[in-house]
Amino acid sequence: MTALLEVKDVSKQYGSDTLALANISFSVKEGEFVSVIGPSGAGKSTLLRCINRMIDASSGTITFDGVNVPTLNKRELRRLRTKIGMIFQHYNLVNRLSVMENVLHGRLGFKSTVAGALGIYTEAEKQQAVEILSILGLSEQMYKRCDQLSGGQKQRVGIGRALLQNPKMLLCDEPIASLDPNASKIIMDHLQNISSSMGITVLINLHQVEIALKYSDRIIGVSRGEVVYNGSPDKMTNEDIVRIYGSEAETLMIDVGDKDVGDKNAG
Amino acid sequence: MPVNTNFFLKKRLVSLILIGILLLVTYGAMVITQFDAVKGLTSIPQAVEWGIKNFYPNQDALDKLPRIWENLRETLLISLAASTVAGVFALVFAIIGSSTTRVNSFLGTFARGIATLFRNIDVAAWAMILLFSFGQSALTGYFALFFVSFGFLTRAFMETIDEVSNSSVEALRATGASYPSIIIHSVIPSSIPQMISWLLFTFETNIRSATLVGILTGTGIGFSFDLYYKSLNYNAASLVVIAIMLSIFAIEFLSNYIRRVIL
Ligand SMILES: Nc1ncnc2c1ncn2[C@@H]1O[C@H](COP(=O)(O)OP(=O)(O)OP(=O)(O)O)[C@@H](O)[C@H]1O
Ligand SMILES: [Mg+2]
Repeated sequence: MTALLEVKDVSKQYGSDTLALANISFSVKEGEFVSVIGPSGAGKSTLLRCINRMIDASSGTITFDGVNVPTLNKRELRRLRTKIGMIFQHYNLVNRLSVMENVLHGRLGFKSTVAGALGIYTEAEKQQAVEILSILGLSEQMYKRCDQLSGGQKQRVGIGRALLQNPKMLLCDEPIASLDPNASKIIMDHLQNISSSMGITVLINLHQVEIALKYSDRIIGVSRGEVVYNGSPDKMTNEDIVRIYGSEAETLMIDVGDKDVGDKNAG
Repeated sequence: MPVNTNFFLKKRLVSLILIGILLLVTYGAMVITQFDAVKGLTSIPQAVEWGIKNFYPNQDALDKLPRIWENLRETLLISLAASTVAGVFALVFAIIGSSTTRVNSFLGTFARGIATLFRNIDVAAWAMILLFSFGQSALTGYFALFFVSFGFLTRAFMETIDEVSNSSVEALRATGASYPSIIIHSVIPSSIPQMISWLLFTFETNIRSATLVGILTGTGIGFSFDLYYKSLNYNAASLVVIAIMLSIFAIEFLSNYIRRVIL
């Protein structure tokens, strides 16, 4: 299999003194489920956002599906983004709109200016939205407003919106950090299912090491903007975890549950 | 770590100094303007007595009601027109000026600068400036209200956009949606209820300001009041005040109702 995503020597400098990413290199194969783990501030979100250029990297090359991402012009960048679905910690839905409308937003990138502005969707697109919602178990919520949903349901709407793009890859930035363990499991199972049955590549930032170990084909450990681990979850040792999380690794692993609560309060 | 008691001592000291300065300034102002606090307070009952004796509408005043109503309607319509037109312009400027939706930082700074300028000049100052160009006409009042509303609404809309639609704008940008699509499908639906609420607030404020501006420009209900008051027709003047109060209550009731429905 060929690499779908190739990240090479990517650095990102914020202002003059924050080096968020320092010469990061890795590649992701088509259909792979890859987790990025690392302590807070390691640069995980920055890394993900450099891939679809929500943030512009300072240097380095990123190749996705055969195109060189940093040199794309505006129009080409929009086309690239339609091929990459993004899922957020805080779901980032338009809360006052219905589930259906939010999911259909996944098609906006394919529209001409007029059709996009007027929100004209084809029958086939609506049909696909209905199917995706039923796969995600949201058939009954289809016409509900999103501010009436639970966190787990909102995140499934977010996944639906990304899937309606028919993407080649999903970028997930801590999709379960604001959810309780039950809802987290439902979301992770959906993502795994999407990866295995639809063949969509998944690149996911996670705070919980155990979950990363359980679901991933491969784990990338990031610390202070550098890749310090890149390999299968089976081969990961305690030393590796210490290398990623520093000396606090032990407490971190025990406190996974508590951390979840902390995140919810923070958000 | 020991608690730094110095820190609290310092804060208390600063508060004391501020209170002292405030008292000093108040006293100074009273001395300079020769305002006698005791006399000011004792004159209140007298004022109330005078009000009860003279400041009520009588039959004569009620005959003037159609004229008063005509002027009141003019004031209400001018306020409404100034608010809504300002709202349309403010929406455009807010989208350009908000850090979530701005096209580039130069235009963003420009839009915010314009809004700040218009907002920080008081409505009475605008009226005086505009008197030179339009003279004593309804247009002067209209533009004065429009400018201030425009500046205020731009600022309010900008904050609404940043607060309510920041995250969904990011998501739609990530799907590859075009700029107009993002504005129409994310920014507008997220912020419209709060924007309408601000618009209603501006309308209410404008009615109040319009009355005062009307005294300056000789139009609307402010003119009616000025006319009757200066011709010592206190009964009619009191009817004007009652009419203004009633319409403000009515508008406020109405806008609270609209708010309840849309929010
Ligand atoms: N917009 C920004 N401006 C300046 N510095 C930033 C910005 N965004 C992130 N940083 C800095 O870059 C570094 C990496 O941040 P990033 O958000 O990528 O970390 P993260 O690994 O996602 O952390 P977390 O797990 O807390 O989400 C941090 O030191 C952060 O302070
Ligand atoms: Mg992050």
